[in-house]
Amino acid sequence: MLSAESLALIDKEIAKYPAEQRQSAVMSALRIAQVEKGWLSNELMDFVAHYLGMQPIAVYEVATFYNMYNTKPVGKHKICVCTNLPCKLMGADEIADRLKKKLGVEFGETTEDKQFTLVEGECMGACGDAPLLLVNNHRMESFLNEEKVNALLEELKNK
Amino acid sequence: MILQGGPVIFNTMHLPEPWKLSTYESTGGYSALKKILAEKTPAENIIAEVKTSALRGRGGAGFPTGLKWSFMPRQFPGDKYIVCNSDEGEPGTFKDRDIMRYNPHALIEGMIIAGYTLGAKAGYNYIHGEIFDIYEGMEHAVEEARAAGYLGDNILGSGFSFNLYNHHGYGAYICGEETALLESIEGKKGQPRFKPPFPASFGLYGKPTTINNTETLASIPYIMREGGQKFLELGKPNNGGTKLFSVSGHVEKPGNFEIPLGTPFSELLKMAGGIKGGRKLKAVIPGGSSAPVLPAEIMMDCTMDFDSIAKAGSMLGSGAVIVMDETVCMVRALERLSYFYFEESCGQCTPCREGTGWMYRVVHRIEHGQGRPEDLELLDRVAANIAGRTICALGDAAAMPVQGMLKHYRHEFEHHIEHKKCLVQSGAV
Repeated sequence: MLSAESLALIDKEIAKYPAEQRQSAVMSALRIAQVEKGWLSNELMDFVAHYLGMQPIAVYEVATFYNMYNTKPVGKHKICVCTNLPCKLMGADEIADRLKKKLGVEFGETTEDKQFTLVEGECMGACGDAPLLLVNNHRMESFLNEEKVNALLEELKNK
Repeated sequence: MILQGGPVIFNTMHLPEPWKLSTYESTGGYSALKKILAEKTPAENIIAEVKTSALRGRGGAGFPTGLKWSFMPRQFPGDKYIVCNSDEGEPGTFKDRDIMRYNPHALIEGMIIAGYTLGAKAGYNYIHGEIFDIYEGMEHAVEEARAAGYLGDNILGSGFSFNLYNHHGYGAYICGEETALLESIEGKKGQPRFKPPFPASFGLYGKPTTINNTETLASIPYIMREGGQKFLELGKPNNGGTKLFSVSGHVEKPGNFEIPLGTPFSELLKMAGGIKGGRKLKAVIPGGSSAPVLPAEIMMDCTMDFDSIAKAGSMLGSGAVIVMDETVCMVRALERLSYFYFEESCGQCTPCREGTGWMYRVVHRIEHGQGRPEDLELLDRVAANIAGRTICALGDAAAMPVQGMLKHYRHEFEHHIEHKKCLVQSGAV
């Protein structure tokens, strides 16, 4: 279900914990699985459960508790904008409005061509660089303004 | 964003590639560890040095680190753990990110010394999921330290073995709570545990565990290298050392500033370039979003240390200073903060699970012109019924902003309820 590369990465994570604590690698394993497949289907979570020797329900619990896991399909590029107070003070609402207008979606929605999903995020721990957003969880774009948002969307569209 | 270096945490900032092992070593990095291992310094001497330094936990609670370390059972026969809490997600806080980005080896050396002192053979560094590039950078730094012989078996031929691993979160503020963080490392939902038992007796995998904040652990090498007394003298009595302050919001130059504890707030504000656009300061949240807000006139008289801010009726917390100018509507600001706690409540305790949603909905309707005359009393009651009635401090963290706002800005809320609109015109927020 997962590529040999992904499994090797998961094995590297498992090795960080005591031998009888494979479950500790579940957060990394789900992250690695998500990077490969885009989202976590039940079948994919069942596979991770089996791989780590966990009950499937225990994996679903983790996947639904932490909000960076996609338990439903998302667009090719998931854009998560922080709107918490420090970002808001620096104009996060205008950035969010700009994105909504350009993409024609509200928070929680995916564009019809399945290229973009826009979500509202909570504090990312980088408030000094506000306003900011994450692309597919791992790429942070900081000090946003209108030009930067436009350039980012152009770049992602062509990817 | 700007960074102002200091002697303790950002001591490599003036050098090119400050994050590299060789840069850190050139400033005396790892010399404290080498000395301890060569001299086989007794653990109690190290704890005594940390106590002398008056280092207080930098994650928010301000608990004396030396005292915390002394709680670990000495003669426990099995595994013990040291865990670093780098799950920095309190709105306004972004200092640990810069420590790991610019001086990861200060943290690594601090964790190895902590492991040696507490008898732990392994340590975990739990990193906020949203700063994934920092996690990757820490993975690299750990490898660098391992290759240099500072991590692994028989470190520098001393007979002491210690391994360090990074673990990442993936979007849950609650994991900054230390027992939720342990649950998360164990591969579970991050729901806080009942205390007692405390982690020092029943922690990670049920083993004795000490959990310290990133900045706390990164201060340890300086204390062991230069002495606890010197660290103490950088700050003020009972508030030893320098501290990182993350300044965000309406300032010209947001960023992290390493300054002595006890520095006047007015000076910190100056370092951050003053209020944006030359506007007037309205209010400051001095210690992360859960700290009660303080009006400008109170804040301008404060010094930045645990005791001064507590005396003013708030808390220094993690040192996250959120600055708000005169254009900010406090109802709208509180609405967003209340939504955050509602969203992030883990759902385990009824007062928090139900109360955070209740508070958010009430503030939301006040903001949207549907407030009722009895709403402020209702908010007072709900906040009071959450505080102190939950397993962890998230309940208190959700109640305190509400209580702080109603204490100092009640008139803005009353105006919203009465006139269905904002007292602050042309508000930025």
